[in-house]
Amino acid sequence: MVSLEEGGFAFFLVLLAFACLIIAGKTFDQVMAFHAMIGAVLAGACVFVIFKNYFNDGGMPIPQEIGGKPNYNMGPIKFGSVAAMFWGIAGFTVGLIIALQLAYPALNFDLPWTNFGRLRPLHTSAVIFAFGGNVLLATSMYVVQRTCRARMPGKILPWFVIIGYNVFILIAGTGYLLGATQGKEYAEPEWYADLWLTVVWVAYLLLFLGTIWRRKEPHIYVANWFYLAFIVTIAMLHITNNLTIPVSIYSTQSVIVWSGVQDAMVQWWYGHNAVGFFLTAGFLAIMYYFIPKRAERPVYSYRLSIVHFWALIFIYIWAGPHHLHYTALPQWASTLGATFSIILWMPSWGGMINGLMTLSGAWDKLRTDPVLRMMVVSVAFYGMSTFEGPLMSLRAVNSLSHYTDWTIGHVHSGALGWVGYISFGALYCLIPWLWNKKGLYSLKLVNWHFWLSTLGIVLYITAMWVSGIMQGLMWRAYDQLGFLEYSFVETVEAMHPFYVIRALGGALFVVGALIMAYNLWMTVRHGEAEEAEAAPTGSLAAAE
Amino acid sequence: MADTHNKEVDQISGVETTGHEWDGLKELNNPLPKWWLYLFYATIVWAVIYWVLYPSWPLVSSYTTGILGDSQRADALAAYDEGVAGRSEFADKINAASLEEVSSDPELRQFAMAAGQAAFGDNCAPCHGAGGNGFEGYPNLQDDTWLWGGTLEDIHYTLLHGIRVDNDEARFGNMPAYGDIFSNEEIEQVANYVGSEVGLEPKAGVDLAAGKELYLDNCAACHGDDLNGMTDVGAPNLNSANYLYGKSIDQIASQVKNPRNGVMPAWQDRLQPSTIKSLAVYVHSFGGGQ
Repeated sequence: MVSLEEGGFAFFLVLLAFACLIIAGKTFDQVMAFHAMIGAVLAGACVFVIFKNYFNDGGMPIPQEIGGKPNYNMGPIKFGSVAAMFWGIAGFTVGLIIALQLAYPALNFDLPWTNFGRLRPLHTSAVIFAFGGNVLLATSMYVVQRTCRARMPGKILPWFVIIGYNVFILIAGTGYLLGATQGKEYAEPEWYADLWLTVVWVAYLLLFLGTIWRRKEPHIYVANWFYLAFIVTIAMLHITNNLTIPVSIYSTQSVIVWSGVQDAMVQWWYGHNAVGFFLTAGFLAIMYYFIPKRAERPVYSYRLSIVHFWALIFIYIWAGPHHLHYTALPQWASTLGATFSIILWMPSWGGMINGLMTLSGAWDKLRTDPVLRMMVVSVAFYGMSTFEGPLMSLRAVNSLSHYTDWTIGHVHSGALGWVGYISFGALYCLIPWLWNKKGLYSLKLVNWHFWLSTLGIVLYITAMWVSGIMQGLMWRAYDQLGFLEYSFVETVEAMHPFYVIRALGGALFVVGALIMAYNLWMTVRHGEAEEAEAAPTGSLAAAE
Repeated sequence: MADTHNKEVDQISGVETTGHEWDGLKELNNPLPKWWLYLFYATIVWAVIYWVLYPSWPLVSSYTTGILGDSQRADALAAYDEGVAGRSEFADKINAASLEEVSSDPELRQFAMAAGQAAFGDNCAPCHGAGGNGFEGYPNLQDDTWLWGGTLEDIHYTLLHGIRVDNDEARFGNMPAYGDIFSNEEIEQVANYVGSEVGLEPKAGVDLAAGKELYLDNCAACHGDDLNGMTDVGAPNLNSANYLYGKSIDQIASQVKNPRNGVMPAWQDRLQPSTIKSLAVYVHSFGGGQ
């Protein structure tokens, strides 16, 4: 008998495929036609796979436990890990290309698809939402199952979440290249992609809550609080910032319901909390599982984890206005945002303290384990960025830093250092676990990855600090008679050498990621298999 | 609860755990670090002080203004007015003076050069280069080749009214497209003739005499019998070393066949009169001014 879940998903996907076909047939918008065709083909293929699987396994329910151990669902996690590595390399490479375009504008090639304006959102979305998002999805599914000692609910649901999310990435990314954007930073995808992501995200929330609901542990582990805060808040931010009215159901275009400075405020409430809840809370969850696991030490302070968790999620949400200093935003809103950014400093550092102090008693492992070293350096970058951020939110500092490369440097110390390294560390742990390997193919290659990319990050952020502060000082320099000392083009010329250095740093980061991909590939293909655990049944083999 | 009797002491740190365990992970029962807690309090106190001093919290239809009465909008407007007032003294003098006076009076000239440099960088440099050195198709302002004249008055007029733009007073001159009038052979003849006259090596086998005849009948009206050009209609001096679209026989032929007629905006629509005067003096000072 086809289960309600299988039947429900198949019915929904069939309807979706037909809707896509109708839109593709009637639309006057070529991008919409292309995306609707992708939707129709993928929805149809998924219906086929659902029924094929049904006939293969005869509709037998999946055992929740095998030999007294939870039968964890690892398939979607494997998919997410591989997708993360793939999108990561794609996103870093596009980042390198646009860094080179800024230094050498001829590399725009005068083609619309390769123009900086289209590639820039492709880069940011690929690294944040495609790479970071897949890391978050994969690790959250792993961590919540393991720390709840329960299998994720559903047969189709976990696959719907991970594949649906990657379809969103595909639609968003190809949309950017073809020119479909709603022009909101970090929220560029158009209305139909937003709508699809909303469906997938609600499914993700249900999947996560369902696993917690079925937990065998009396308490909920700290990492799961952070994952849950991330999932719930991103849902709220995404919906509020994307309240648009489509021009027509056949058009990629839409009109946002917010206007003027309210639109700007909603956008940066979203933008800042995408940093706060996607790139901070979500990755803190990763830290809270993978660092103690790898260091084989208990988390430093339970009390600190509670206090900094609630302080962080309460205070972060207020800090958005600091992105709009010296604009049409009223001064009171700007002050409020800046003061909450300062209050946010210690709650942010609570995570750093808990991460670093967990190492006490295990510091010697940093010498021998480059994976742990990567995660610890990641936490150090987190501490640095979350100190720099409040500093830059002060109006006096912001008057110099705003609109300059300093902001770009700040973002990348967080993105490459914190988010990048904690993700790399998590993937280096996760891949051998998922494929039942004793360890990584080569720790030496991890070392190479670590040093090359650390050098790359240092080159990147120092080049951007120097370039940004120089740029800000040049913009505000007046001569004795009250005229601007420098023209805009002179500031651009002055930044050129730093743009070259930045691109070099980015290239090293890309090379590091390629070494990582090779290492993980060799781990999966040729790594030494983990011996079956003491449990008599082949529980690990059945765990997929 | 199960957690109370599972508490154990971590051997390395000597700290008790909370008694919970998830997938092998435990938590120590360390207190909040003191320095962390006090810094957290300090940032809250700092924020409260800031809220008392500055505009910060929204009310129903207004906001708390803060006891300092600070307003960044008022500050910005005052700074703007101050800047304008500081410059207006000289700007008024420049408006009242002739171009010659601005150029010769040391005080006015110093001001005009500063104003001109600032305006040039943001308005002219994109086409003419940061130092006025130009690019192919965009005249070099440092050399002594002037399409429309290089005196202070000429430069000022060009700046005010622009070149080949929708403006009755704009500079206007039109190089016809001889691709519609001449055969390809005739274009080759004219281009090789001009080239031979200005020091380029003509191609072998081209009838230069025929080229000369074509030149005198069609081109000399603007470019002159002696190839010296005519600034009134912006006809380039062909004897000059500096060709806007390149000095080679092929480039000359291309400009005869399908010419580019470059444009420049009329800056009177965009910049203050004193700024345009200052720009004229600044550009004139590049070394090519007549």
